[in-house]
Amino acid sequence: MTLQRLARPLTLVLLSAVVLYPLVWMLGSSFKSQEEVLNNMSVLPNVWTPGNYLDGWNNFDVSFGRFFVNSALVAGLTVVANCVSCLLAAYAFARLKFKLRGFWFAIMIGTLLLPGHVLIVPQFVMFKTFGWVGGDWPYAPLIVPQLLATEAFFVFLMVQFMRGVPRELDEAATIDGCTPYGVFRHVILPLSRPALVSTAIFSFIWTWNDFFRQLVYLSDLEKYTAPVALTLFIDSSGQSSVGPMFAMSVLSLAPVFLFFVAFQRMLVEGINTSGLKG
Amino acid sequence: MSPVATTTARHTPTVPPAGSAAHQRRDRPARHRSESKAGYVFLTPWLLGLVTITAVPMLMSLYLSFTNYDVLSDWESMEWVGLDNYRTMFTEDPSFWHAVKTTLVFALVATPLKLAAALGVAVLLNKGFKAAGLFRGLFYLPSLLGGSVALAIVWVNMFNRDGAFNSFLSWFGIEGKAWVNDPDFALGTLILLAVWQFGAPMVIFLAGLKQVPNELYEAASVDGASPVRKFISITLPMLSPVIFFNLVLETINGFQGFTSAFVLSNGTGGPVDSTLMYTLHLYIKGWNEYQMGYASAMAWVFLLAIGLVTAVVFRTGKFWVHYSDGED
Repeated sequence: MTLQRLARPLTLVLLSAVVLYPLVWMLGSSFKSQEEVLNNMSVLPNVWTPGNYLDGWNNFDVSFGRFFVNSALVAGLTVVANCVSCLLAAYAFARLKFKLRGFWFAIMIGTLLLPGHVLIVPQFVMFKTFGWVGGDWPYAPLIVPQLLATEAFFVFLMVQFMRGVPRELDEAATIDGCTPYGVFRHVILPLSRPALVSTAIFSFIWTWNDFFRQLVYLSDLEKYTAPVALTLFIDSSGQSSVGPMFAMSVLSLAPVFLFFVAFQRMLVEGINTSGLKG
Repeated sequence: MSPVATTTARHTPTVPPAGSAAHQRRDRPARHRSESKAGYVFLTPWLLGLVTITAVPMLMSLYLSFTNYDVLSDWESMEWVGLDNYRTMFTEDPSFWHAVKTTLVFALVATPLKLAAALGVAVLLNKGFKAAGLFRGLFYLPSLLGGSVALAIVWVNMFNRDGAFNSFLSWFGIEGKAWVNDPDFALGTLILLAVWQFGAPMVIFLAGLKQVPNELYEAASVDGASPVRKFISITLPMLSPVIFFNLVLETINGFQGFTSAFVLSNGTGGPVDSTLMYTLHLYIKGWNEYQMGYASAMAWVFLLAIGLVTAVVFRTGKFWVHYSDGED
């Protein structure tokens, strides 16, 4: 009986050790000297080598700080763009009656399943024709699509959320003289705050981690974001830079980790509202 | 937090001036017209996006797939080549078939393993106990980190000759090798990375498990059903819509794996094409070899393949997905 009672916690503890091991190992290795990375089997370094962080930061002609600034810029603008554009679309779908609403909604759900890789070739060609690829500010192709609510997942998430907001509030506001714009401004917008926060957090994390699109659109070292810059370590992977590579990997995961710590409950609940009630 | 979210906080719903409304109350059709107009006003950004970012590029890529467009030279030098790209793909590009095989193996192995892990752990966590929330968070963390370049780098090094995995094996006196450089094992390490991210479907399973009425289990206990029997006869059927949802989502995700394969092979799909995921092959064709026409053709075949797989999953779903009542 006691054995049975212990089985569950034991399994869970063992499993969390396995799940967390890669992260702990990464953190430990980021403080190991070159020699230790190759020879020291234990998780913790014998000699702590924080110099890896400095070496990694200055490993390329452009400092890693620049890459983080670029990443933050892209992620920050994406967050704003997604919040604004998806909220507008979601309000229309969730609350307003207009011709062909069902049709457009079905299309929106369809784009939810459309793999992004299918569109990236022609989008690249299109943005290149516009002259948006390369140049002084190569981030437009990464942000303009978000301004146009193309991240259907968030539209869907917000529609689901708004469906939970009592319609009586809209009706009361309408009776008090609100137009659809007024209802949006005074009822939906303030009440959608939780959905906006979920959208903001998820857009930030996904954009921060995104690689394919940034790889495709960014070709100038100065404009690289952190994930694209990290791949330079693989290119140069004479074993000499393993420690610095780990150090920069740790730093680039840190913002996501901090978001996780701060918003854990919200993140977990966020995938639930979007995922389940569909 | 976004400026939108913060500015909204200050405004509680207030009553706006009622001038226009008096008119609307008298004239209902006018209000409907204005609501319809408002609908399209709010929908405008999305509609613009649908046309310019989705629909037009889709048609454009269909057209490009019949050309030899290369992005570098100007449009005039582009030629119509008919079905050549598709013919080359199916008959003359061995790497294409390697990519298809790699992607299928990856998706068909990683998805079931990931879902099985997710469901198993969800069941373990379902009986509310104090630390359940903590474990839920811990297991969810890899889903947030796992898709990144940084984590792929860590993973590849973990399964390299001097990596953590071989240290673990050495406890048992087994001498490992550089798994990531071995064509037989490289893809396996990527599958493990995918399975490691079981937390996201797990959270969805957990929410689903909460919906299963407790009376069912109680009734089964009265009838003397074993835990295994309860799992098979109650949990699985009651959870089947959620399993289905996760299956569709994760299969589509599985087909699109790119980052980890790119990192492991430094963008080549090696060793010996063993990690050449479909999207990686597409990337190589489009951005290393500048064959945008060919890459477009690949994209369309990809879209059709994913559509087909999704349709098959939906079709089979009819046989094993049970909806307990009309509304859910």
